[in-house]
Amino acid sequence: MVDLSVNIGSLKLKNPVLTASGTFGYGEEYADFVDLNRLGGFIVKGTTLNHREGNPYPRMVETPSGMLNAVGLQNKGVDYFINEIYPRIKDVDSQVIVNVSGACVEDYVRVCEKLAPLDKIEAVEINISCPNVKQGGMAFGTTCTGAESVTRAIREAYSKTMIVKLSPNVTDITEIARAVEAAGADAVSLTNTFLGMAINVETQRPYLSTVTGGLSGACIRPIAVRMVWQVANAVKIPVVGLGGIMNGRDAVEFMLAGATAVQVGTANFVDPSVTVKIIDYIEDYLVRHGISSAGDLIGAMTV
Amino acid sequence: MKKYISDFIIVSNERLHANYGLLKLKPAEGLLPEILPGQFCQVEIKNSKNTFLRRPISVNYVDYEANQLWLLVRKAGAGTSALIDASEGDKVNLVYPMGNGFSVPVDKSRRLLLIGGGVGVAPLLYFGEVLKNAGVDVNFLLGARSKDDLLELGEFYKRGNVYLSTEDGSEGEKGFVTTHSVLSEKWDSISCCGPMPMMKAVARYAVENGIDCEVSLENVMACGVGACLCCVEDTADHGNVCVCKEGPVFNIKRLKW
Repeated sequence: MVDLSVNIGSLKLKNPVLTASGTFGYGEEYADFVDLNRLGGFIVKGTTLNHREGNPYPRMVETPSGMLNAVGLQNKGVDYFINEIYPRIKDVDSQVIVNVSGACVEDYVRVCEKLAPLDKIEAVEINISCPNVKQGGMAFGTTCTGAESVTRAIREAYSKTMIVKLSPNVTDITEIARAVEAAGADAVSLTNTFLGMAINVETQRPYLSTVTGGLSGACIRPIAVRMVWQVANAVKIPVVGLGGIMNGRDAVEFMLAGATAVQVGTANFVDPSVTVKIIDYIEDYLVRHGISSAGDLIGAMTV
Repeated sequence: MKKYISDFIIVSNERLHANYGLLKLKPAEGLLPEILPGQFCQVEIKNSKNTFLRRPISVNYVDYEANQLWLLVRKAGAGTSALIDASEGDKVNLVYPMGNGFSVPVDKSRRLLLIGGGVGVAPLLYFGEVLKNAGVDVNFLLGARSKDDLLELGEFYKRGNVYLSTEDGSEGEKGFVTTHSVLSEKWDSISCCGPMPMMKAVARYAVENGIDCEVSLENVMACGVGACLCCVEDTADHGNVCVCKEGPVFNIKRLKW
């Protein structure tokens, strides 16, 4: 028997496989395809203080080995999550992490304060990296001072596990990672989507209503792996790796680069049952390589 | 309704005209579950190197006796091209059945018109079959660019009255479905699937004439299960909602057209 469990700070995961925010709904959407109890955890979609309608349609275009999205954090607000969604998912036997976003520091803090009393929610993921909103989002994630100010304010108000989700749309992601570590983050997750754009050459118009959007899918994986490796070498806190993980092999690759856990996002759209296949693959991989614990994979690449 | 992720085998793949394929699929294992008319499948695409996501394709027909599910596919891009080029015996993976279907009237005496345009006729065949079995009189108004683009006519004739229109007049009345003479008869409700300009024109006609009307939308989709929020349509009652989950069939009263 191999030990699949890993810890992100004080947050215990039964295995390293999480689902990425915005790609797995509230878990329920995938319950026909995945036994949710098997997951290390799932990260529910970006939640803000108030209801957000998101961006106008069209919000998505497929690109080679990936897709661009411009959803813009559509959600019904944190109170809706607490009153309507939480009671339905609180008994699942895996971690439920809420992704939190805001237009200003106050918003982030208030959402975290509202989530803190919920027993099942042992961690939040702070989204300072959404490329699809005008205010907040990535604006906080692209400067060290912005990232630090949000992280510090939340840290003072929220004592459970705080994972800060980083934007890859920066010159040096390790600087941002160090800034949020210094400000009290328990972990970082990376990467969010890459800012991209696609034009319909026949109509000579952009495919997305917002012109630009966030690129995800297999096409971003090598860049995300590189960034995870750089950040894992730059900070002491755990790194959660994501970006184009399509299968178990890819998940192991992120762990070898230094990730303690991984998130599966766009791959859920291609194969809604992919997460359990990834968990099975990791278990099989450990057995095959004579490794007793998933934790031994973290940063195990030899150069 | 429970959704499944299942392998199917292509039993036959018939090319209808140059740009359309009629794929008849049977589950690799077991029997088909209940599928409602208007629901769709998320079809995995193989042999197309740049195609990443599944393709949402309407259920064209369900033959429970033969344990077959039919998909009528128009060649729109690389993904659908690869699909209609697949061979008999090939495996294809489906996530299905997705979304909500057309409304079957409780009152059997209601006069229903099913309007389809181009490949949008696809879900109306199965809907017509379900209505016929429910004892409702079935009337199809099918439109296309020209004669060659009118699909599966033999199948439609088996299930109801068929009225045709073509833009070039090569079959049926010349013009659009909205200019067809049958539309001016008295109808209680219309169910419509086709290109967006056609559906909007039909919806306008329905509103002006006090006819209940539902349309099947095909917004660009990724997940198909209401998770990614990409395929949204702005509604009068709930703002942006997922076409994949709350649709694809909507009563036009809900839409901000």
